[in-house]
Amino acid sequence: MEGLLNPRLMRNLLPAFSLTILLILIFYIQPRTMSYLGLNLLLNLALPIAFATLAQMCVMTVNDLDLGIGSFVGFVACVGATFLRDTPAIGILILLGCVGVYAGLGALIHQRNLPSIVVTLGMSFVWLGLALLVLPTPGGKAPDWARAIMTWKTPMVPFTIYASIFVALAVHFLLMRSAYGVVLRGAGGNPRSVERAGWSLLRIKMAMYALAGFFGILSGIALIGLTTSADANIALRYTLLSIAGAILGGGEFVGGRISPIGAVIGATTLTLAGSFLSFLRISPDWQIGAQGGILIIVLALRVLINRMEAK
Amino acid sequence: MNSAKPGLKHIMSAPWIWAYLAAFVVWLATVLFTGGQGSIQILSAALSFATFSVIVGIGQMYVITLGPGNVDLSIPATMTFAGAVSMKIMDTQDAMIVPGLLIAIGCGAAVGIFNYGLIRALRIPPIIATLSSSFLVQSAAIAYGRGIKIKPPPILADFTTWRIFDIPVLAICVIALAAVMSVVLHRTVFGRSVTAIGQNQRAAALAGIPVDFIRFATYVQSAVFAGLCGYLLSGFSGGASLNMGAEYLLASIAVVVIGGTSVAGGHSNVPGLWGAALFMFLLVTMLNTYGLTAGYRLILTGLIIVTVITLAGGRKQE
Amino acid sequence: MPDHNNTIIKLDGVRKSFGAVHALSGVDLEIRIGEALGIVGHNGAGKSTLMHILAGSLQADTGSISIHDAAPVEGYGIAEAQAAGIRTVFQELSLCPNLTVAENTRIMNPEIKGFNWRSRASRQILDKLDEIFPGHGISANAYVGDLPIAKRQMVEISRAFTSISTPLNLVILDEPTSSLDAIVSEQLLTYVRKFTEAGGSCILISHLLNEILTTTNRIIVMQDGKVVDERATSRFDRDSLVEAMGSVAEHEENGDHAGKVRTREAEPILSVQPNETAGDMVMEIYPGEIVGLAGLSGHGQTETLVDIFLDKRKAGGKSRLPMALVAGDRQVDGIFPLWSIGKNISIASHGEFVRFGLIDHDQEKQLADSWKDKIGIQTPDLENNILSLSGGNQQKALFARALGSTAEMILMDDPMRGVDIGTKQEVYGLLRQEAAQGRTFIWYTTEMNELEHCDHIYVFREGNIVANLTRNELTEQKVLHASFEGG
Repeated sequence: MEGLLNPRLMRNLLPAFSLTILLILIFYIQPRTMSYLGLNLLLNLALPIAFATLAQMCVMTVNDLDLGIGSFVGFVACVGATFLRDTPAIGILILLGCVGVYAGLGALIHQRNLPSIVVTLGMSFVWLGLALLVLPTPGGKAPDWARAIMTWKTPMVPFTIYASIFVALAVHFLLMRSAYGVVLRGAGGNPRSVERAGWSLLRIKMAMYALAGFFGILSGIALIGLTTSADANIALRYTLLSIAGAILGGGEFVGGRISPIGAVIGATTLTLAGSFLSFLRISPDWQIGAQGGILIIVLALRVLINRMEAK
Repeated sequence: MNSAKPGLKHIMSAPWIWAYLAAFVVWLATVLFTGGQGSIQILSAALSFATFSVIVGIGQMYVITLGPGNVDLSIPATMTFAGAVSMKIMDTQDAMIVPGLLIAIGCGAAVGIFNYGLIRALRIPPIIATLSSSFLVQSAAIAYGRGIKIKPPPILADFTTWRIFDIPVLAICVIALAAVMSVVLHRTVFGRSVTAIGQNQRAAALAGIPVDFIRFATYVQSAVFAGLCGYLLSGFSGGASLNMGAEYLLASIAVVVIGGTSVAGGHSNVPGLWGAALFMFLLVTMLNTYGLTAGYRLILTGLIIVTVITLAGGRKQE
Repeated sequence: MPDHNNTIIKLDGVRKSFGAVHALSGVDLEIRIGEALGIVGHNGAGKSTLMHILAGSLQADTGSISIHDAAPVEGYGIAEAQAAGIRTVFQELSLCPNLTVAENTRIMNPEIKGFNWRSRASRQILDKLDEIFPGHGISANAYVGDLPIAKRQMVEISRAFTSISTPLNLVILDEPTSSLDAIVSEQLLTYVRKFTEAGGSCILISHLLNEILTTTNRIIVMQDGKVVDERATSRFDRDSLVEAMGSVAEHEENGDHAGKVRTREAEPILSVQPNETAGDMVMEIYPGEIVGLAGLSGHGQTETLVDIFLDKRKAGGKSRLPMALVAGDRQVDGIFPLWSIGKNISIASHGEFVRFGLIDHDQEKQLADSWKDKIGIQTPDLENNILSLSGGNQQKALFARALGSTAEMILMDDPMRGVDIGTKQEVYGLLRQEAAQGRTFIWYTTEMNELEHCDHIYVFREGNIVANLTRNELTEQKVLHASFEGG
């Protein structure tokens, strides 16, 4: 009705727009990246970051923030490179336990009305400590199947691209299209109204935290599939990256406004920005700076769109 | 689900005592294990290291006191940035110590102004604003410092490590600073205003408090303390390193929470910062003494934070 | 026709208190099949609390609730209300702004799930919207946050009438037409009549008396948490209804101040136009006056006061005056719950006591002490926490905060809510004293007799000033007629 200048549409297209601009820039400066190998190098770490971003997005859906996701991904990587390879049964049991711990965190935060920032910050110490216990020095070895999946030579474009698209669509279906996903998002938008309609906020929060734990696990396993060995500190950066990615992808901090597809795009944008700079042999010093800059520019664009809407 | 029970609130009204008590118990446990050996040295080291957590903790505490959603995530980046810039400008010359200090504080102020500018201009929550600016600041610090560790001027190094009868002089200075900031909190219009905003921002505005200005000043103050801490820590540890701020994000929030400041805002506690900072360091020392690895130390630290916050409880926020 | 086999829900002696405030003090109510029940009453009469209890979102302190003449339901809550087929449209928006119209429908109806749920939800809500509001122009895929307020309300009402498997027995509409225009309102009322003729029941709460009179079969009038009048609608007319609502208010003696009207002279110190559209009435405030703002609550009085205070309105007259505000919604707008009584009083004045950058505790204490005596705050120690006071005394502390400051103009936002009559009398006296000494007051009140203390009264409706009365012209009828439609 309102045509292309519809602010909501513009907001939704903003992440894809930023990614496209960045890609055009990259292809223009370095045409060689427009190849299977080039894309593979650029997007190397996109998948684990995308999973971590989706985990963060789940927590943000219910108006919380997870400052421990980076350490958690590191812990999963350590478990993946040890137990999961050597004694898969125990490894799987540990990871299932992790999902349980995440659900428990959701319950604790809801029941005691605790600030998620402090609780998850505390948990980040715990995950890091556990990771060091599992793997005191960098090492271990990824399970062969994880390695095989992550290095799968797919036709046309690298595996990462297929996987990202598949994951984005799957989570989009789960949270944006399914009937229960609606309730989960509603709990972020107007918790009281959802409660008055007879839903349990406790269960919703536990579900979203458990889902976050699940994506954290996928992130960790994808990560060791790429790096082959693990290290407790391997993913500490992911905490901040995942928040940035989710926001970049059109997620909002409160109000249950999320976008799984946007989050995956946001994570990919951040990865590209980082790896492109190192690709150009520009000092990696500027990586995080570029990521921060992109975040601020996109947020500023969003303010502009919102202003337009207000008129 | 009701808000915190009044009974519980009363018990928790002076929670900072627990931080000192815990610090003492941990110290005792360590000393008993070593048979009294090094008991003074442990305390002295704890004072030295706690100093830096306390400096950034004060700034973070004022920010957290502003109420839910207020937290400064740019502290580590600001520390690194201020440390790198001031060390490079001083270039190991003693004559530059005071200009260097001013520059470090100026760097902090600049970051603080930028932070609050983002909060206002982009209308984003402080967490996201300070997070994005920390990316930029960290990058600037890395680019500026070029990864070379520049030594501090000798007098600064001597001053930050100076001890009289095993008592670190810097710690005494920071105890004085904490005392001053405690007075500021309780006795000045600024401190009162921060506490009022944290309890009820709307009521504060309707009582005539200039909410915007106070929030601005609080974020700038936090960044200034981070800058100061970066300067002193560079002097203490023989130069500015690129990840020297890293552990202070967690530390700054942890000492605030363990020190008895309410994360729901409106109630803060300066003495608790010292208790918590000492406790955190002594805990690590104790676990080291007992031969536990870093893993156990981290797990215990994390569990303590989660336990403390669970016991202190949250306030119902709409 | 009290046919007892036809009861949907029955309340017996239901009481509900919030702290010291008795929102409901013993309500008996019976809702029958196929009836439209109207509930009227002033603000704070307990209507909304009653609705929340029926919806199960609040639990009664005492009293029993029974469904279909069965035994009383223990722990009646949301699940029980849903099982009984009771739906409620609350006054405040209960839709999720981040979801679409269809998605919001799904939240209300757990039965809509599985394959193709979205199109079924869309069909449900669109059918209902078409039925109630023909020509609504709302898309099922529109995000609620993007809809204008009137359309949101239409969605919310229609959503309440959607039902999949549980039969819909009772729909409670709390001020459903507050943001609908006349035509759309009439569409809703027509539907309500149709719905009840078909055997459904409805509770309608509205400040628009015509709506109540034309739509319902029976009307109850509430006052101070009790049902004070109940008749078949045919036995009410507009005047008798207004009378039933207003007649209960006790008129106290006004004493010597009645009848004297201050003459307005010179320049106003402030003139404000609440909705800033040309041609609308302007509120003028002259020095030393007590100006009253009247009308039903939520019609822009509080917003106007807050905007004046925060200097958001381009105020005419003199430039910025020193002002203070006395909040009415104490917990939200006034109290600092972690502070002592003394600190709560001195917050608006602490700038005055600064010596060498520090707040002088002695002076601070002096101020609080002097006002403790002046206004009679009942506490052994001003160092006690503010929450240790009763509601009325908390309110006195807020008065002390404003009156103790150097403000020349004091804004009051219906400050006597939940304050006992003795306290009120003390405060009235104090206000008159302060005004005599030259202070100016703007006083928003929902209590009729308080208006009699004002020199000049402006009545608000829907964010506009609709009447401008001097004290001599003031009658309860005039205010009520102006507050309700077409004054």
